[in-house]
Amino acid sequence: MKIAEKKAIKRESIIQTALKLFSKNGFHRTTIPDIAAKLQMSVGNLYNYFSSKDILAQEIIKYTSEALGEKIRVVNMSEASAEDKIHQIVDIYFTMAKDKPEMIEYFLRVYLSNREVFNDGCEGMVCVSGFITEIMIFFDDSVRSGELRNQDFFSAFGLFMGYLGGMVFLKGENVLPKDIELYIDDISLNIYNALKA
Amino acid sequence: MKKPRLLWLQAITCNGNTHSFLNHPDLFSILSHFEIVNHPTLDGMHTFKEVIEGNVPCDVLILEGSFIEKGFLKGGVEVSRIIETYAKKASYIISAGTCATFGGIFKQKDPTNISGFCFDLEEKTTRYGMYASKLISLPGCPIHPKWLSYVLLMLANGKKIPIDSLHRPVELYGYTVHNGCTKNEYFEWKIDSENYGLKEGCLFYEQGCQGPYTRGSCNKILWNDISSKTRAGTPCFGCTEPTFPQTSLFQTKTNMGIPAKMPLGISRRAYISLVAVTKSFKIKRFSERLMEYDK
Repeated sequence: MKIAEKKAIKRESIIQTALKLFSKNGFHRTTIPDIAAKLQMSVGNLYNYFSSKDILAQEIIKYTSEALGEKIRVVNMSEASAEDKIHQIVDIYFTMAKDKPEMIEYFLRVYLSNREVFNDGCEGMVCVSGFITEIMIFFDDSVRSGELRNQDFFSAFGLFMGYLGGMVFLKGENVLPKDIELYIDDISLNIYNALKA
Repeated sequence: MKKPRLLWLQAITCNGNTHSFLNHPDLFSILSHFEIVNHPTLDGMHTFKEVIEGNVPCDVLILEGSFIEKGFLKGGVEVSRIIETYAKKASYIISAGTCATFGGIFKQKDPTNISGFCFDLEEKTTRYGMYASKLISLPGCPIHPKWLSYVLLMLANGKKIPIDSLHRPVELYGYTVHNGCTKNEYFEWKIDSENYGLKEGCLFYEQGCQGPYTRGSCNKILWNDISSKTRAGTPCFGCTEPTFPQTSLFQTKTNMGIPAKMPLGISRRAYISLVAVTKSFKIKRFSERLMEYDK
């Protein structure tokens, strides 16, 4: 294996480990030595990959956004109806929240809760563009096909993602009486009914 | 050396291209390279009656106006027949304006039967095969006088004019109208113009500007050597395109805020990714007026 490939693998393992620790313990209560210890690497070596904790936090949000964006991209490329695509996107989001809760938790509990960490380098939608782009394409396609009602992007986006984020937040607080996957059908239908033409 | 003989024929037209060309600051210097056989408004060697009779010479034929096979007569003769007579004689045919090139405004009257001379929108007409080798397309509503003078002087000097698949000179139509627009910084940073007639802000997002996907050099070769629609705060109407005219020219069609038509050759995913990033930055300079105006 080439050195560059080894470095890329190491880099991703740092991101995944830090993602879990940040999501579980919070951004401020997680230190670089904590992350290094978990990975059994030296603090100095970790800094070779990420020059600061803030930079690492920014790279993680890009990583999670790209991962989610890639899955939605597959949905966008399919021939499914808008109603079906909504169901698939909700499924992806809630399945991720169940199987890899740190991915969504990071967005809600680190990215949205520690804006000062992201102000310089992750302004606005810069670091979540991988995900936002696919949502925009989904909306554009669905309005073009006449399935969804044309409206301001943020009024539709807020309804869709605010709803999903809220449900995952409730799950994180252990408030939901049922497994989050059991909400997929109803929530998909609610979103479709709210946005349909 | 004998000067090439120039004939300007009009079919169904508003005379817009004739008038536009009269604004050329060097009109007579350009025309001095040619012998004018007949022209709608300028003196020529032959009367229009002689032109109709079909016996006058023609090396360069300029066509203005939309084409119809039957029912449009001048001096009792079908204009289509007059045009075909000289199209056969000419060494070069210049379709001046969107009507003569693609059908344009007048095609709206009878979309089935009215078209351009060699193109019907983007489709080739039955005449294309016969005249393609000498055809130069100059769409525009109207054409810029200097687009025509570029072609005429190239021909007068025996130079080859590089053209694209619709026979448009690449030197003039290889660009988009967006290219050279003084509002480009606002486009780059996705900042809307708040109104028409302003120097600040881009008209692509709200006001219907078609500059980013319209081929033409309006912002390279300025109108009256001074300005352009977009520089003056008016949206580009896409008048050089085969699809011209369209409706809702002052409003951008959007799907949940995303422009329905992308800049030329840019994939939607690439464009949207860029929008998500650039819209995230607030740049103070672009939120301010360029200058204070007297009230």
